[in-house]
Amino acid sequence: MLGRGIFQAVFGEFLPILLLMLVAAVVAGAMVTLSWVLGPKKDTPYKSSTYECGVTPVGNAIERFPIKFYLVAILFVLFDIEVVFLWSWITVFKGATIQYQVFSGVAVGIYLVLWIIGDAYVIKVGALEWDEEPQVAPEKLLPTPVEAPTIAAGSHS
Amino acid sequence: MDVGHWLEGLGQSNPVALAAIRVVLLVLPILVLVPGLIWLERRLLSWMQDRIGPNRTGTVTFPSNFPLKFLAGKKVRTFGLLQPIADGVKLFLKEDVTPSAIDKLVYFLAPFLALFPAFALGATLPWASTGFMPFTSIPGPYSLLTPVANVEIGILYVLAISSLGAYGLVLAGYASNNKYSLMGGIRASAQLISYELGMGVSLACVALATGSLKMPDMVMQQEAALWGVAEHIQNWFVFTPWGLVSAIVFLICLVAETNRAPFDLPEAENELIAGYHTEYSSMKFAVFFMGEYAAMFLLSGVFAAVFLGGYNLVPVRWEHLADTYPAMAGFYGAMAKLNYWLGPLWFLGKCAGGVAFFIWLRATLPRLRYDQLMSLGWKTLLPLAVANFIVVALYIVFTSLYGPAGGWGAWGGATLVLVLLYLNIAAATRKGPLASPPRRIALVDGTEAPASLREREQVKT
Amino acid sequence: MTANQVAFLLVGGLAALGATGVVACGEKPVRSALCLVLNFFLLGVLYFMLGAELLGIIQVMVYAGAIMVLFLFVVMVLALQSQEAPRHKERRWPLAIVGAIALAATVASVIVTFDPSPFSQPVGDGYGKPQAIGAYLFTEYALPFEVASVLLLVGIVGSVLLARRNA
Repeated sequence: MLGRGIFQAVFGEFLPILLLMLVAAVVAGAMVTLSWVLGPKKDTPYKSSTYECGVTPVGNAIERFPIKFYLVAILFVLFDIEVVFLWSWITVFKGATIQYQVFSGVAVGIYLVLWIIGDAYVIKVGALEWDEEPQVAPEKLLPTPVEAPTIAAGSHS
Repeated sequence: MDVGHWLEGLGQSNPVALAAIRVVLLVLPILVLVPGLIWLERRLLSWMQDRIGPNRTGTVTFPSNFPLKFLAGKKVRTFGLLQPIADGVKLFLKEDVTPSAIDKLVYFLAPFLALFPAFALGATLPWASTGFMPFTSIPGPYSLLTPVANVEIGILYVLAISSLGAYGLVLAGYASNNKYSLMGGIRASAQLISYELGMGVSLACVALATGSLKMPDMVMQQEAALWGVAEHIQNWFVFTPWGLVSAIVFLICLVAETNRAPFDLPEAENELIAGYHTEYSSMKFAVFFMGEYAAMFLLSGVFAAVFLGGYNLVPVRWEHLADTYPAMAGFYGAMAKLNYWLGPLWFLGKCAGGVAFFIWLRATLPRLRYDQLMSLGWKTLLPLAVANFIVVALYIVFTSLYGPAGGWGAWGGATLVLVLLYLNIAAATRKGPLASPPRRIALVDGTEAPASLREREQVKT
Repeated sequence: MTANQVAFLLVGGLAALGATGVVACGEKPVRSALCLVLNFFLLGVLYFMLGAELLGIIQVMVYAGAIMVLFLFVVMVLALQSQEAPRHKERRWPLAIVGAIALAATVASVIVTFDPSPFSQPVGDGYGKPQAIGAYLFTEYALPFEVASVLLLVGIVGSVLLARRNA
């Protein structure tokens, strides 16, 4: 039993996919490691410093991010799950009996109406608006008249 | 020896070997063609921008005293085809600069995770006819070679694997510990997940109309008569009204999913250096591009299979023509055989055409703003795809209740209602005039800008 | 050992390894999340091995492809760093050992009293295929399906309200 056919027996028609994934993993892994093996390595502190257009990096890059991105992700999860429910329906619907088509059609119809309500709500409250109106009054954005800087003679800083 | 019989025997005696052949037949063309695609992009783009592009690498001038007389003093051109090979060799031998501030494990894993889904994507994609050979009822040799696995979940596999593509980009951005990279990575993943929804629903419409998730079934259904009426023309889904809507949504999502212009905000070089791959060098840098091109190529293949009749060259039903007009049966029969046996070539052509379309877009369209990107994905494409889904479902129900006329009636009615609904929602949610007064411009000396200038600056609401 | 057991041990063992990694990388949240991705992906493979292909692909699509992206976003939005993660200096070995023994005993009791006879029968023809699920979900289980859609709507409204700046 532990012969050549073992994985065929377990994975059946999915065996080629498993094989493809293995090949993809090997190819991708080889690409990433080969250059690391082949290329020269002459490390200098300047070379290995973070490249931010030549400006010395200030602080850590990992900082708090706008919550909008989080909202996009959670809405994606919710809407994705809504679609996931429909995939099994899609495969049966066309070839099914009229009774099934009408009954499940009504069920999915209600489902999709709720979906539309959810989507309309998201659009209505502007949850996905990225250009927020400025919180500061525009008057404050006006630059105050700049006076010519007075430079004391002989002082260099 | 007959290839078909040999493959059949191999499939029975050693299915793993047959599976391996299928995998190689899928992966090898991608590996070979990706450099070609890079060459195509550079040449096509430079042609569109009135430049020359890479045209020298590989051109050999033989000396006048070369032993082979017919070559002596001649130039042999390869039109720069060897340029991507030279680039590849260079990239492999370049120093792999590893920044010091990184998360090393994740940094090395990210390019791997960007390339892996691109190669694993095509497992359920048929690149040649899986049906009968023309004028017979014998499955041809192609049905044993493609797709890699003809499983029931077909198109869901493509969606699932392409959804894994988000990791490579977001992790590259995170691991680099560079502010621009992180920004690019987060932008990339938010963009990918936003457009994945539209992509999924637009494919769901096609699957609903086909009644199957298998891509070979989808292609075979496109070989039926157009709208069930025009018997000599194939019913490519892009010719049907719902299919056209789905195709447009899917195509736009495709461009966004592969991070191509005009959706290339994650690597917007004028604001983010190079985005998520700023800190990557040598081949690890190129791996992101390989992933992008491989995904572009394979997803073009998915588009071709789902909307453009897959491996059929033109939407003509040659076999049916040959049956209807016996006088021309010789010609039509030959065309049917040509169409069948050179199927892989037509399919490759469609993939390459898709990639050329991507390049054309890049040369034509300016980059979107981020708010435009989000509102296009969530407020236009997703509702459009869902409305299309509802319309297709109603069409199917009413066809089985009242026949074709009922189906088309329901189709028209539902389209009208949904368009009106959308217009109403859009009108209800439209923003009024801006709450804040129009911007004033202060001149350098602190005085107010003249009225004429202010009017021009006012935001049109 | 049968082929099934070998494959299960291989995939299941790797999945368990991934799950261990989630805890072991506790000081680096992104690595933890990555281990969880591996774990979810291999769980999907396990579903495939059981013949539940729709469930398997949805596992990969929703958990590995969507929910884990959300996790990564949470890690990034909050800028969770090793120095900010709570660190338990004192090792609570006795408690850990007691917990591990209790868990092992529970699992063992299930294994010992497990009756495999209903599971050793062959499954039906279309088992685990999308068609079989579609045939039941929208007829017999239509009500739970609708309730799920209400739940999702509540989820949408709730998440929008939570993320708003001035709610």
